[in-house]
Amino acid sequence: MAVGSPSVPPGKINIPFYRDTRIIAIIVQVVFAILVIAVVWFLYSNMINGLRQANLLPTFSFLSVPAGFPISESVIEYDPSMTYGRAFVVGILNTVRVAVIGIILATLLGLILGIARLSDNWLLRNVALVYVEIVRNVPLLLQLIFWFSLTRLFPRIQESIDVGGLMFLHNRGITLAWPQASNAFGAWMLWVYAGIVIGIVFYVVRRIQFVRRDRPGVALPYALLIALAVALLGFLVTYLTTGVWPVSLSVPVLQRFNFEGGVTVTNSFAALLIGLVIYTAVFIGEIVRSGILAVSKGQREAARALGLTPGQTMRLVILPQALRVIIPPLTSQYLNLTKNSSLAIAIAYPDLFYVANTINNQTGQAVPVILMLMASYLSVSLLTSLFMNWYNRRIQLVER
Amino acid sequence: MATEVSRPTSRRAPRQQIGLIEWLRKNLFSTWYNAIITIVLLYIVVQAVTSFVSWMVTAPGWPAAFTNIKLLLTWTYPVDQLWRPQAAMALVLLLLGLSAGVWGGTVRMVAFGAAAISVGIGFAAFTFPDLPDQTSLPGWLFMFLCAGLLVGSDQLARRLGKRLRWPLIIAWLLSYPAVILILRGGLGLPIVETKLWGGLLLTLLLAISGIVLSFPLGVLLALGRRSSLPVIRVFCVLYIELIRGVPLVTVLFMGALLLPLFIPGGESIDALVRAIVAVTLFSAAYLAENVRGGLQSIPKGQIEAARALGLNVFQTTLLITLPQALRAVVPVLVGQFIALFKDTSLVVIIGLVDLLGAAQNIVGQPQWLGTPGGVWRETFLVIAAIYWVFSFTMSRISKRIEDQIARSRH
Repeated sequence: MAVGSPSVPPGKINIPFYRDTRIIAIIVQVVFAILVIAVVWFLYSNMINGLRQANLLPTFSFLSVPAGFPISESVIEYDPSMTYGRAFVVGILNTVRVAVIGIILATLLGLILGIARLSDNWLLRNVALVYVEIVRNVPLLLQLIFWFSLTRLFPRIQESIDVGGLMFLHNRGITLAWPQASNAFGAWMLWVYAGIVIGIVFYVVRRIQFVRRDRPGVALPYALLIALAVALLGFLVTYLTTGVWPVSLSVPVLQRFNFEGGVTVTNSFAALLIGLVIYTAVFIGEIVRSGILAVSKGQREAARALGLTPGQTMRLVILPQALRVIIPPLTSQYLNLTKNSSLAIAIAYPDLFYVANTINNQTGQAVPVILMLMASYLSVSLLTSLFMNWYNRRIQLVER
Repeated sequence: MATEVSRPTSRRAPRQQIGLIEWLRKNLFSTWYNAIITIVLLYIVVQAVTSFVSWMVTAPGWPAAFTNIKLLLTWTYPVDQLWRPQAAMALVLLLLGLSAGVWGGTVRMVAFGAAAISVGIGFAAFTFPDLPDQTSLPGWLFMFLCAGLLVGSDQLARRLGKRLRWPLIIAWLLSYPAVILILRGGLGLPIVETKLWGGLLLTLLLAISGIVLSFPLGVLLALGRRSSLPVIRVFCVLYIELIRGVPLVTVLFMGALLLPLFIPGGESIDALVRAIVAVTLFSAAYLAENVRGGLQSIPKGQIEAARALGLNVFQTTLLITLPQALRAVVPVLVGQFIALFKDTSLVVIIGLVDLLGAAQNIVGQPQWLGTPGGVWRETFLVIAAIYWVFSFTMSRISKRIEDQIARSRH
């Protein structure tokens, strides 16, 4: 188009099809799609041919065959006479177990670390820094193997290391004192339900008041406090009326060959949990720290100038804004922890990957096993990110 | 303003002088809870440090790591061929030194850092045992020569100046195949089977391969994900999210089990190649996301200006957006390299013997069975230190590049 002739009507210009971006776009995509399909078809047909020769055509029928191998720990009932399908579910639940507990503990430790890194106490700040720099520069697998080897150094069960009478370390794992429901538990639960109902009613009433008066305010912490207070009151009242505490601490007592009471976790689980929590907490700590630093100083000063107390400043001004920065990277750390739990295979904790590997070794059905494995990890990842994205949207709204 | 303003008599700002007591009060005992934290932490730190030091002094297992240093570094690589890893390393350091002379700045800092570390390792290497039939240089001599090589080539390149730039870029591109050729053999050199490779050599090789080979793939995926063509975009999004959704071990597992099935005659593909393919495919997805971050940081005006100047889509991408995007994500890529360097330890799960695998093998050697408690603490501590030095140094470099980029923006 020459500069001097601006009035050429569009559509009149004759563009050859090989210079028309709309047509090129379609051609490129068709060629790309054909290429991808051809490559996938090539790989797939090779695989099927190879497997047919080895008489191992992929099938999911093995899922209903008895597995025949034991799994050292399980959330649901399992024994070797149950099917491969059941074994796989056991693996998924074991992964979920370590991931959920790990995420909670890593968040707590990470929060502490993040705040410690910003402390005005020189010693605390630097101890936290040293911890961070040591842990994040050493491979997680090495750390897991280290913790696992350490738990195996513990003495025999008869000579367990006693930590305050509540925790016992021995070469089979760690035995912990654990809360246990007594027969007054049901009576107390009524109080707990009442507390929850009262808390919800209080929350709703306060929110309506806030909206009516068009003023901001917090209701949730007080609602939780009220619910907690009712539950605690119920705890006492139940004890006074029935003479039994609704929940008692089951303290482990050493018998001849084992502990009676409490809960015992295997050393694989303990090592995996400790390793994952210590490793992930470092990254969460750095996220928390940068989130708090990302809130500009002016915000804090303005809040103080408006007469907010330091506590209110933190709760109403700093934290809501920091959370917006913190949540997205936090989500990916949670996903990392879940994915990293697959290293359990190195320390014999029967997680999803470990069980899938065993199933593959026994059946030779690599393709279905890998498909199931990937589908499981992807759905766990998807569920976690859906939840975190929902939460992220919720706190994003607070801003407006 | 034309009016003359009398300059105020200059006076120095009052110097802030804090005595020891004042410092302690301010930094350790400012409030009652800080005082408690300080005392409790001090007790824990003193306890931990003294017991750790006393353990280190008395620990019986140190010989396990130090007599087996060859296994940790190269595993079962033939002793009479050890000059080859040394030559490969010297080649890379030579290129690094030359680049330091040409580009200066952070590259020089990296080169001098490497030289300093080489000298350090050189001194430590006096304690290493000599190997029988050794045709390579003794460790200490080699490390000192490496330091000399770095500094010398830096000086040389400074003399030669900018005209080295393009030859150097080409040399870097060729260095990867050259290193593989030196290590594996061929073209007259005797072949060293990859199943003999291991230790730190394998760890570094996997991490570098992962980054180098995944780079083109990752950039393409990043561009594809931002493409306006739906078929390509959907494919790239699916690939990236699929890989990022599963753990690395799953991908390694797939590489080990499925790759031989996918390719006719694939059983003969050796385990190292399978691992490298898996690591590359895995790393590409993460690299794509990092590069996409860089692409997104480029203002739209850049692309519009390029289009207005008459550049077509390819020219705009290659000459305008990609160079800026890649420069912006260099620190993130270093971070990814560190992560990959640590993550390659997972190959022990599929049976390769990297640094961690070598350590595990040494711990299991029968001659240490009599040592009370085993030698795993000492051995693992040594390899943890090796991993740590590498990762920590690289993270410092990444921080430095990041600061430089931030400064150049203002």
